[in-house]
This record gives sequence, C-alpha cells and structure tokens, in this order.
Amino acid sequence: MGGEVVEAWGPGLALVPSLAAAALIPLSARAPALREAWSLLASVAQAAVVLSMVPGAAAGVVLETTLVELAPGVPLVLRADALGCVFAALASGLWVLTTVYSIGYVRGLHEHAQTRYFFCFALSLFAAVGVAFAGNLLTFFLFYEILTLATYPLVAHKETPAAVQAGRMYLAYTLTAGVALLAATAWLQILVGTVEFRPGGILGEAVPPATLWPLLGLFVLGVGVKAALMPLHSWLPVAMIAPTPVSALLHAVAVVKAGVFGVVRVLGYVVGPELLGGLGAWSAVAWLAAATILAGSLLALAQDNLKRLLAFSTVSQLSYVVLGVALGTPSGVVGGIQHIVNHGVTKITLFFCAGAIYVATGKERVSQLAGIGRRMPVTMGVFAVAALGLAGLPPASGFLSKWYLIRGALEAGQWPFVLVWLASSLLNLAYFLPIIISAFFRRSGEAEGVTEAPATLLVPLVVTGAASVLLGVAPGAFLSLASRAAHDILGGILP
Amino acid sequence: MTELLAYAAARYNYWVYILLMLIGFYAMVAHGNLLKKVIGMNIFQTAIILFFLSTSAKRGGTLPIVGPEALAGGVAPAQLMNPLPHALMLTAIVVMVATLGVALAVLVKIYRRYRSFEEDVILDRL
Amino acid sequence: MLLDHLPPLLPVVPLLAALLLPPVGAVRRGLVHPLAAGAGAATAILALLALRRVLAEGVIHYHVGGWEPPWGIELVLDHLSAFTAVAVSGVGALALLYAGPAAGAEVRGREASFFGLALLLLASLLGMIVTGDLFNLFVFLEVASISSYALVATGDGRAPLAAFRYIVLGTVGASLYLLGVGHLYLMTGTLNMADLADRLPALASSRVLAVAVGFLVIGLGIKMGLFPLHGWLPDAYTYAPPAVTALIAPIATKAAAYALARILFSVLGVHRALTEVPLMTLLAWAGAVAIVAGGVLAIRQNDLRRLLAYSSVSQMGYIVLGIGLANRPALIGAYLHILNHAMMKGCLFFAAGAAAARLGGPALADLRWMHRRMPLTTACVIVAALSMIGVPPTGGFFSKWYLLVGAVEGGQPVLAGVILVGGLLAAVYMFRVLEHACLVRREEGDHGPAPPSGRSEASPGMLVPLLALGLGILAVGIWNAPIVSGVLRFAAPAGLR
Repeated sequence: MGGEVVEAWGPGLALVPSLAAAALIPLSARAPALREAWSLLASVAQAAVVLSMVPGAAAGVVLETTLVELAPGVPLVLRADALGCVFAALASGLWVLTTVYSIGYVRGLHEHAQTRYFFCFALSLFAAVGVAFAGNLLTFFLFYEILTLATYPLVAHKETPAAVQAGRMYLAYTLTAGVALLAATAWLQILVGTVEFRPGGILGEAVPPATLWPLLGLFVLGVGVKAALMPLHSWLPVAMIAPTPVSALLHAVAVVKAGVFGVVRVLGYVVGPELLGGLGAWSAVAWLAAATILAGSLLALAQDNLKRLLAFSTVSQLSYVVLGVALGTPSGVVGGIQHIVNHGVTKITLFFCAGAIYVATGKERVSQLAGIGRRMPVTMGVFAVAALGLAGLPPASGFLSKWYLIRGALEAGQWPFVLVWLASSLLNLAYFLPIIISAFFRRSGEAEGVTEAPATLLVPLVVTGAASVLLGVAPGAFLSLASRAAHDILGGILP
Repeated sequence: MTELLAYAAARYNYWVYILLMLIGFYAMVAHGNLLKKVIGMNIFQTAIILFFLSTSAKRGGTLPIVGPEALAGGVAPAQLMNPLPHALMLTAIVVMVATLGVALAVLVKIYRRYRSFEEDVILDRL
Repeated sequence: MLLDHLPPLLPVVPLLAALLLPPVGAVRRGLVHPLAAGAGAATAILALLALRRVLAEGVIHYHVGGWEPPWGIELVLDHLSAFTAVAVSGVGALALLYAGPAAGAEVRGREASFFGLALLLLASLLGMIVTGDLFNLFVFLEVASISSYALVATGDGRAPLAAFRYIVLGTVGASLYLLGVGHLYLMTGTLNMADLADRLPALASSRVLAVAVGFLVIGLGIKMGLFPLHGWLPDAYTYAPPAVTALIAPIATKAAAYALARILFSVLGVHRALTEVPLMTLLAWAGAVAIVAGGVLAIRQNDLRRLLAYSSVSQMGYIVLGIGLANRPALIGAYLHILNHAMMKGCLFFAAGAAAARLGGPALADLRWMHRRMPLTTACVIVAALSMIGVPPTGGFFSKWYLLVGAVEGGQPVLAGVILVGGLLAAVYMFRVLEHACLVRREEGDHGPAPPSGRSEASPGMLVPLLALGLGILAVGIWNAPIVSGVLRFAAPAGLR
C-alpha cells in the first residue's frame, strides 16, 4: 500500500489486547472492578501498540502481518499503512477515554448487563482496528461484519421495546449493506482475480462501464450504510437509543468512521481515482455526499432530542469526508482524511457532554437545557468550543480540515461544493448557537443543586475537548499521516 | 397410428407397472384412512418390483440354473433369464417388508392413542 | 492388517455395536450409552484415518468378498466420500454422546433398542457414503430411512403421526430412486458406479436416461427434504424426541445430498455430457427456491425446533444450488456446507434440546433469560446462528463465499442474489431466536426484573458435544483454506472449471 512493506508483528499485535479483554471480561463477570480493569488495560495497550506504528507509517514504512489463509489465495492480512493508522489511532486513542467515561456512566446509572456491555465494547474495538488494518477486501469484510454484530447488543442494550426495535432496524440496514459488500467482493474476485487493497486501485482499464457502475453501486451501498450516506442514514438517529458512551465512541467514531474509512479504501484502493475520474463516477458520489451534507444539517435543525441532533450532524459531517475523497484532488483527500480525525474527536466531545448532562440531570432534550451552562460551566464550556469547532470556527480543529476541503474543491474547479460547505457551516451555527445561548444566557425556574457530573465523566470530556483544540493548533502526526495516505492514493496521477 | 399402438402394446409391462404405481399413489394421497395409505404404499412398491422382474422375463425362457440338461446342451444361453433382477428384488422385498413392519408398528401406536385410523378424526383429537 | 479394510469397517463397526447392544443392555443397562458413544467415536476415528489415507495414497477401491466389479460390490473411498464420512460420523458421534443425557422418558427402559437404532442409522449412512454400487446405495438408503422412521416414532404425542407421514413420503422417494436405478440398469446392464460412468456417455442423448435421472433426483430430493418435497421434514424434526432430532437432522439429509452429488458427477458425469434436459440448471433453481421458501417459512415459526426444521429446508437449498451450478468453487461450497450445516444444525438442535429440558418448552418465548441461566449453551447458539447467517469467521460464511464465487463465475447474478438474500432471511429468523434468548423485554427506565437466581446450565454430558460443535464451527471457518485446498479441491470432479 505504498512505500516499503515490512513483515512484522505490529498490526497483528494491535488486535490482541481487545480480543484478550473480550475473553477475560465474561470470566470476570462477578467482579466489576476487575472487569473494568481489563477494559482499561486493553484500551491503553491497544493505543500504545497502534501509536507506536504511527511514525513509521507516516514515513512510508508499511508493517504487515499475514495470519491464516481465509480462502485459497486470499490471506487474512493486516497492514498498518498511513490511512489505516489514522483510523486505528483515532479509534484506540478515544477508546481509552471512553472506557473511563463508560465506567462512570454505567455506575452512575446502575446499568444492567454491564458484562455484556464491556464485552461488546472490547469486541467492537477489536473489529474497528481490524477494519483499519485490513489488507484486502475479504479481511475488511470479516472485521466489518464483526463490528456490525458486536455493536448490535449495545444498540439494543436497554432491552425496551423501542431499543429492541432500534436493534432490528440497525441490523436490517447494516446486514443488508454487508450483503452488498460481499457481492461486490465476490464479483471483484472473479473480475480481477484479487481483492487486495492497492494504492491507486486494482480495477484496471479492462473493466467496461457497464460493469463498473453496478459494481460501484454495490460498493457504495456496502460501505455507504455505515457512512450514513443519504438515503441510507435512517438507522443512525434511531441507534441513539443506546447508552451515551456507545453513541459517542461507536456511532460518532468507530462504526460510522469504519463506513467512511471504507469509502476511502474503496475509492482510493479498489476503484482508484483514475478510473473514478475518467468515467465521471466521482461526480455521482460527490453529489450524493453534497446532498447528504445539506439534508443532514437541515434535519438536525428540526431535532429536539440532543443526541438525535448530534446524530444528524454526524450524518452531515461524515459526508464531508466522502466528498473530499470523491473530489480526488490532493487537498481534498488530505482534508477528507483529516476530517475523519477532527470530526471524531470533536463529536465524541459533544456526546460526552450530552451524556454528562444526562447523568447529572436526567435531561436529554434541547428545550430543557436553558440555564444549564450556569450549573455545569465546564461541560457546557467544552460543548461550546466543540460545537463551534464543528461549524468551522477556531480554535477547535474543524476549521483546519474544512479549509483543506474547500481548497480541494477549488483545486478541482468545483465551486458549487465550496458553497455546499459554507452553507453547511452556517446551518451548523444555526443549530448549535441556540443551544449555547440558551444554556448560558437564559434562566430556568428549576431547583438548584445540580452540579457537574462526576470526575470520571468530566475528565474525559475535558481531555477530548483539549485534544480537539490541539489538533487544530498542532495537527502534526495526523496531518503527515493524511498527506502520506493522499500521496499513496494519488501517487499515480499526481503531476 | 398402428405403429404407435404396436409400440405401446409391445411394452405393455411398462403400462401395467405405471398403472399400478398410479393406483398406489392415488391410495396414498386420496385416502384419509392411514391403513389404506399403507396398502397404497405397498401397491406402489410392488409395481416397481414387478417392473424389475418383467424386464428379465422371456417368452419360453428358462431358469439360469446350470443343471444336467444345460450341460448336455439342451438349453441355449439366450433362453436363460437374467437372474440379477430377481436377486435384487429379493433384497428389495426384504426392505419393503421391513418398511411395512415399521409402518404397521407406528399405526398400532397411533391407534392406541387416538382409537382411529381416519386422518381427520385423529387431527380432531390432537 | 485391519486398517486395510477401512472402507467396510466404517459401516461395520457401528453395525456390530448395534447388534451387541441388546445383549449388553440385558446384562447392564448402564453400559448401553457408553458403548454406543464409544462405537460412534471409534467410527469417527476410523473415518479420519480413512481421510488421512486417501490424502496420502489416493482413492481406495475395496472389493467386498474379493469379487471384482462389476460382478461384486465395490466400496470406494475418495476425497469426497472420505470427507463426507468424517462430517457425518464426527457429528454423529457427538450426537450419540449427547443422546445419552438427552434421551427422555420415552426411551427409559428401552435404551438398548434406542441406541441400537441410532447406531444402525449411523452405519447405514456410512454405507451410503462408501458404496460404489447403485443398488447397494438403495439398500443402505432404506436401512437408514427405516431406522429414522422408528427413531422418530419413539416420541410421544404427535411423533408417531409425523413418523407415519415420513414413512409414506420416504417410501415414495426410495421407490422412485429404485425405479431410476432400474432404468439405468436396463440401459447398461450394470449397477457399478464406475462401470456406469464408462457406459453412459454413449447413451447421453437417450430419453430413457433423462427419465431415469428424473426419478433419481426426485427420489433423493424427497430423502433430503428438498423444497417442495420436504413435507415430512418439519413435523418429524419437531415432534421426534430431542435426542432423535439431534441425531437425524444434522446428518441424515446430508448423506442423501452426498448421494445426489455422487450420482450426478461420478455416475452420470453431467459435467461432461449434459442430458437433453437442462438438468443442472433446473436443480440450481430448485435449490434457490428452497433457500427462499425455507427461509420465509422459518421466519413465521414460533416453535424453536420447527423454525430450525424449516431452516434446514433452506440450508439444503444451498447444497443443491451448489451442486446445480456444477463449477469448482460452487461444488467446494456445497461440499463444505455439508460439513458446516451438519455442525451448526447439530449445535442448534443440541441447544434446543438442552433448553427444552432446562427452561421448560420448545417455544421461542420459553427462552427468556436463557443467556443468564445457560450462558455456555447460549454462546454456542450465537456461534451457530452467526454461521447460519454467514458471518465470518464462522464456517457458514465460507461455504456461502465459495457458493457465491461459483454463482458469479457461472454468470448467474440472480442465483448469487438468492445466496445473499438467503443469508438475510437466516438473519431474520436466527435473530428472532437470539432476541428471545439474549434480550429480556423491559419497560422504559426499568433496570429489573432481577434475573432468576442461579444457573441451570445443561448437564456436562450435553454441554461437551455442544461446545465441541460450537468451537468446531469456528475452527472450520478459520482453517477452511487447508480443508478446501487439501481435500475439497480434489472432491470436485476433474475437468471442471
């Protein structure tokens, strides 16, 4: 996948902590402290392993672990290339904070079935890292499906009729998508003889348009559901019935980012920018993404439930990435990949805030939040910074990726997309500003006595908020990873 | 037309077995009485056994037993009937009897419980 | 050396054990189950030895009584038959182990005859697999069927009625098969499979051949529960005692599917000279119809065992679809699915029996709190369910993957779509089971009700075979590539794409 490929244990090792935790947690079902310790330990270990591979990947050294053969000629292979490291580092880094947050959250609410909760969480992160490092489509599919099924019990966690229904809807969408992806994979295997990810794509010029379009359609359906491309997004707001840490890590970071990550992998490493641009397929994908950006923002305006509002905002923001990559210009790709990280860190902060408010006050509606900023100043302060960051205002990191994205659109000579992004920023302000204003400047007649959430909730949200700002000020490693990945993808057609 | 008739008539053993099979099948499907279903099943199996045996039959044929007469040259090999279908059908009859035995045993069990062989009566008493 | 007689030993060992059981049972009833389970295990080990020998030395031909074919009966162990023998005897041995603690009141006092029938079933299924003679196959097919009828009829309630229906339909199937064999014999004068394969190509355009093949396919189709010939199957699986369903459901239909593949490819050589009827296309579509119809019917069931029975109808459709596609990847998928489906259906029926014993009923609603009361059983159910849906890395995914590749390679996008839709249907019916087993319906804001205190996990005798299959499903998935490239690649007839 670009650069020098070295056989090493690293990528395989990155899967071990979460898998070990998934095995140990059910065995420690009777000892909550031990169970949580395993989760925390695994998350730290996983983050350490993944981060240790980042500098090499940024320099273009790709570590590769080949495990068993999945089918004759198709190995289960894990490769830590630049793009994979972006997603793996994001997911495992945030897992550490989410674990701390989770412990506070489930204890604070006396949740039932905590063993299952932590078990599925560990399994989800196992799958997310697998998705990130998958070296071919079959390996990718394997982890993609595990991710689907490991998150299902978390969506249905409350076991109320609504939660069970949400779980069914989640499965209906994601499993159907899995089927489309599988069909595309099998087709690719017959068509090209390989399903390996290669920078610049494996679909040669031998593929006629009559084949390319349905194949691309299957791929977009396959990865587009998790990426919440409209009209495939409906599961995401419904899945917000899950406990807040789940919504935060999985439905703002791991699962949906696995979807957009899949879009990047498919467009950049299977179809290839050359073929995509040559047949005008890019504009179909790009306009689909642009429509999702605007419609998602508009729908967010209409939400009263805070988590649902954040979900629609996610729908909109995910398509920033898709649009950037579909543009196929260097800045567009860099901005898209950057936005995977920036949006992830920022959105998880917002979800952490929403969860902290829920634990402290039991409120989950926007209309109930008047005056909350006076009683929970830290939470709402961080919320404000993150929300404005999503709208593209400094200091939080959103402005940086948005700047790259807009530059990418200009490079491609596609000014309509510039307008799309600007309009979306205004819409972001339109739904976030009223929350912030009413939280800080309106009084509510409610009883005093509500204070900040416990430290296990407060510390992670402050950290992610700070990280969001830091990524804007000093993007460092992630920017070089994104540039490296863009270089891999576009290497063949850069001047 | 006459040719066709002659063709059909020359293979009358086929028509007989097909007719028997259909009678058996009809009894299995149309009768609500479980005992009659078993009888139909038996007719069905017998039809196939007859079919096998008829294929080895010869007009004026003789048993494929090598006795003094055969050794003396009194029997032409072409007159001998093929013994293999008979041997096979002996086995098939054993299988058939075993099936019949199990079927009857099951019927006894059903009758003890429901006091009837009529399907609709049994379904009422479920 | 005893191992030179591996082909006949496979059916003979369980057969001798079946004959030994009544006298042993008369002396000490407690010895019956250990002896039966031991015989099952011995058979499975012999099958593994046979597979190893086939892999090392190639196809084994064995002439019973020293009579050369085509006069004598020939037994053949090649890659396909050795593989199927391992699948059937392996799952069969576990089912025999499971049957001891699972056998309920209807068996008490009659253990010797019950396990005798079970071993007879195993022996005749293995006979079907190793034989190289079409009539011999008929005899084994019928012995297997008769022991199945009797086993199903051991149940109470509606079981005898289900058994009766099974007898009538099964006999029609066997008779049609016999009729087909008769026609082949009339045309060629031989019953030996290899001999037939030599003589049939010259008769490829004969209409009698088409009729014969039609009889054979329909006859075996009834035996393997191919939709719409599956009428006997749901009642038999639902009302038979749990120990019986656990034995019959995973393996009996598989042997019939094996026989179909064996006849189509090794005898008729359909891949070389197709008959006038577009037989294979018809078969592939019949499989596709079975996948969808079985899946849709399964979704509507509220009784776990009935749901699993219709799921079997659907899953057999995959095997038939793969046989009908008749290219190398599709056949590999079909053969792998024989093993996978035997394991996952075994696992699920084992669990259904255990759950019925512990939680009090076969209805889906009775599974409430299963994940708390029987965590290990539930874990196995989840693994088997994922395999049924086709989620990697379980075995079920990989058989579907090969089938899918075969369908795409065969230029059959609709059939490929059916394979995928079948997985979604399986997701719907299996998640109905999982929802009942793993989720407790609660009201809003309610973190109770408190779970029932204490576990009531299945007894070790039931749990061990269950866990063995659960782990086996994962193992076959993860190490499917060696199975495929080491064994199944040679099981598909030479000369296929």
